[in-house]
Amino acid sequence: MSPHLRKTLVVVGHGMVGHRFVQAAIERGLTETHDVVVVGEEPRPAYDRVALTSFFEVGAEALSFLPDGEYDDPRVRLLLGTTVEELDPVQRTLRLSSGTEVAYDELVLATGAAPFVPPVPGHDLPGCFVYRTIEDLEAIRDAAAGARTGVVVGGGLLGLEAANALHGLGLETHVVEMAPRLMPVQVDDAGGATLARHVEALGLRLHTGVATRAVVGRDGRAASLDLGEETVEADVVVFSAGIRPRDALARAAGLDLAERGGVLVDEQCRTSDPHVWAIGECAAPAGRMYGLVAPGYAMAEVVVDALLGGPGSFTGADMSTKLKLMGVDVASFGDAFATTEGALELVLADAVAGVYKKLVVSEDGRRLLGGILVGDVSAYGVLRPMVSSGIELPANPEELILPAGRGGGEVALPDEAQVCSCNDVSKADIVAAAACDGTTRAGATCGSCKPLVKKVIEEYYAAQGRTVDRSLCEHFAMTRQELFDVVAVHGYTGFDEVVAAHGTGRGCDVCKPTVASVLASQLGQHVLDQGRATLQDTNDAYLANIQRNGTYSVVPRIAGGEITPEGLIVIGEVARDFGLYTKITGGQRIDLFGARMEQLPDIWRRLVDAGFESGHAYGKSLRTVKSCVGSTWCRYGVQDSVRMAIDLELRYRGLRSPHKLKGGVSGCARECAEARAKDFGIIATEKGWNLYVGGNGGATPAHARLLAGDLDDETLVRYLDRFLMYYIRTADRLQRTAPWIDSLEGGLDRVREVVVDDALGLGSELEAAMARHVAGYRDEWRDTLEDPDKLQRFVSFVNAPDVPDPHIGFRAERGQEVPAEPTGPVVLGTSIPVGAPR
Amino acid sequence: MSGRAGVEVSAAAYTLVCGLDRIPREGGVCALVDGAAVAVFRTYDDEVFALGNYDPFSRASVLARGIVGTRGEVPFVASPMHKQAFDLRTGQCLDDAAVRVPTYDVAVRDGAVLVGPARESPEEGT
Repeated sequence: MSPHLRKTLVVVGHGMVGHRFVQAAIERGLTETHDVVVVGEEPRPAYDRVALTSFFEVGAEALSFLPDGEYDDPRVRLLLGTTVEELDPVQRTLRLSSGTEVAYDELVLATGAAPFVPPVPGHDLPGCFVYRTIEDLEAIRDAAAGARTGVVVGGGLLGLEAANALHGLGLETHVVEMAPRLMPVQVDDAGGATLARHVEALGLRLHTGVATRAVVGRDGRAASLDLGEETVEADVVVFSAGIRPRDALARAAGLDLAERGGVLVDEQCRTSDPHVWAIGECAAPAGRMYGLVAPGYAMAEVVVDALLGGPGSFTGADMSTKLKLMGVDVASFGDAFATTEGALELVLADAVAGVYKKLVVSEDGRRLLGGILVGDVSAYGVLRPMVSSGIELPANPEELILPAGRGGGEVALPDEAQVCSCNDVSKADIVAAAACDGTTRAGATCGSCKPLVKKVIEEYYAAQGRTVDRSLCEHFAMTRQELFDVVAVHGYTGFDEVVAAHGTGRGCDVCKPTVASVLASQLGQHVLDQGRATLQDTNDAYLANIQRNGTYSVVPRIAGGEITPEGLIVIGEVARDFGLYTKITGGQRIDLFGARMEQLPDIWRRLVDAGFESGHAYGKSLRTVKSCVGSTWCRYGVQDSVRMAIDLELRYRGLRSPHKLKGGVSGCARECAEARAKDFGIIATEKGWNLYVGGNGGATPAHARLLAGDLDDETLVRYLDRFLMYYIRTADRLQRTAPWIDSLEGGLDRVREVVVDDALGLGSELEAAMARHVAGYRDEWRDTLEDPDKLQRFVSFVNAPDVPDPHIGFRAERGQEVPAEPTGPVVLGTSIPVGAPR
Repeated sequence: MSGRAGVEVSAAAYTLVCGLDRIPREGGVCALVDGAAVAVFRTYDDEVFALGNYDPFSRASVLARGIVGTRGEVPFVASPMHKQAFDLRTGQCLDDAAVRVPTYDVAVRDGAVLVGPARESPEEGT
């Protein structure tokens, strides 16, 4: 390839695989020699089609791989909403729908696949849809708004996803599958039956072993489905009966196709034309099409490698599948149907628990060939690599699928075992990355391997002697959660009792505030009561936020950000009279900076007298519940977000927690309160409120995820009570809600089980704990002002309370006072303090 | 010099700063001694120590507001600003061998806490 002349590489298709190809091309330096033109037919850049169904919850933005609409590399040009009309492999040109002709040196086809719609009468009536793009989902959502019933034709993986979506849109939902069971490609009859019981329990109606004869219309729209024996009402019909490779462009250009469709390619993914390549679902390496994203990604890497002159090849892919459908875990891997000669099956079926597990082993019983797991897939992470690595089975292989606690089947993964199948990351890759604090792409696509990745890393550290020590500090060999339980069980009320019974020494700056927080969560007493002042971090100890020069800032509560003009005037007057620097916070309130410790009580008194109270800006506790202006004023608002924000802020004010807690309430889907950046975010819907949890800003920002939708006020508060108390009881010290949720086995689903489904039966207990908090709330500032014992701490010098600390100096900046540059230690009388004390 | 209640102290250079009961167990107060800010701490078993109140890391006068505890057998205070630990007996920073804060003689007599002159501070003393 001439170094002097830049070449043009055209990618047709901007789906997941096309995007991955471009990413790899940039990362591996292909754009140093090639200009890349990407032609995408959809109106938006590539997005996460694997997570398509979550579009209804999170919207298109959250699914996008390119939220900015372009790549970082200026040598990549993206043409969206554009199709290729014609390919001329002889002239090496493409004609686009825009009329433009583009010449290429190398062409990569990543046109994907199209849903197969069986050609039954009525299949093209309005009301009939496929399930492939965001536009498809938007159309389905619109149609569902006025509909009562929905039918999905196809009971495979994607069909069940679609059925789940229709169910979620409030339709009475039927699934029609021609095969005698659900997911016929992945599971056997018994597994399908287990899955069917789960799915029917959710309220879906199944029709298996049935062919669709016609879509019957009424008034020019789909109205029902003719299934021969019976007729099913169907206002909305979604076809999900498999996919077909989109190979029309290649066909018209005369490229070789596979017998069953798809562009025929060799091991380097090169088509019959040496300058044309095909990857993903449109390609057929060795005549076989792969309908999963992981093999598509592998093909993308192979072609980038080939264009760089590398030896990479694609020789087939692991078609293992693991997914969660409507709360049911399903996995299928290796030779799931025991087609290998002499293969034996080991089956565990528990109809009561809804669990079906099957292992397929070789005739000699020594190697695992494949398997099916329904209802409990916890063994998948160990089993699937055993198939690909050929590791020898333990003597009692059935132990691998016995319920936890009964089997002893812990099998170590071999180094070459593939942990992340989406990105082809092996155990050895992860260990190598852990050894140099590097990263891999493991878990970055579907995320199903994350628990296994965590286990591999923990095992590696353990082997290095770096045990993952979860002790709080040298004084307590237990986690915060264990400490919380110990305090609850024994009813301790003070640090001395706790450290005497369960710790060593006299504590430190880690365990003391932790015990103080646990006591505050359980007892609800004043943080300065009973000698607990010495346990608190300085912010809690002085009920204000320490700043760099040893002064404090004061934040009165402005619930929901709503404040009267009189309130604003009082804050202004206090700031002016005490010479405080004022700044508006991100939580819709006002921070007053530069208060000397001894001034705090006087400042509080002025604020409390005017009806203000502590805003707990200093505590590991609820900070604010931010709101937009909501339906009271806003022409878009659908609920009264300000009222809800105020109610919630007043309900949870003062609640001590493992870390700070923030909330937000938006009055419509425009989300002006940025509620999804909060630990709990509430977004109004026409029918009520959607509750999101686990968001935060800061160094590792996280978007809150949907916990439950369309809640009425009462249910919303109940779920929030449970969620917050569950978090307070079980999170680690200084662990915010997002990492806490991730740390739970099962993640957000686990939280939903506990909070929404009340799977642990803890609901009423958690609610009662919150009720005690709400009933016991008192303003900490007011209580301090009323207690001379607490007040006596607020002096500059214990023996000279009238002398201000000479270390504190100020200078003016933009019309306000800010800390002066610090000096060394100051001695009054022998040196002149910088900046006169006020 | 740290002192237990009742230890005999002779010098007139001592400043009476407060009653022992004014200092919470495992807490501190800030006193003005000969124009300097001194942090006076009381441990769980009623030993009393005095350090300069100035935290050389944050360059603010705040050490009296730190949390008092133990590291192994060492009684220490953690700066309320960035949590560096200082040995109450010697002023030595436990997280940085190069940093030490001044210490003061201190005594308790008839329930009153007396702070004496700064001790001869080895090397930097910041």
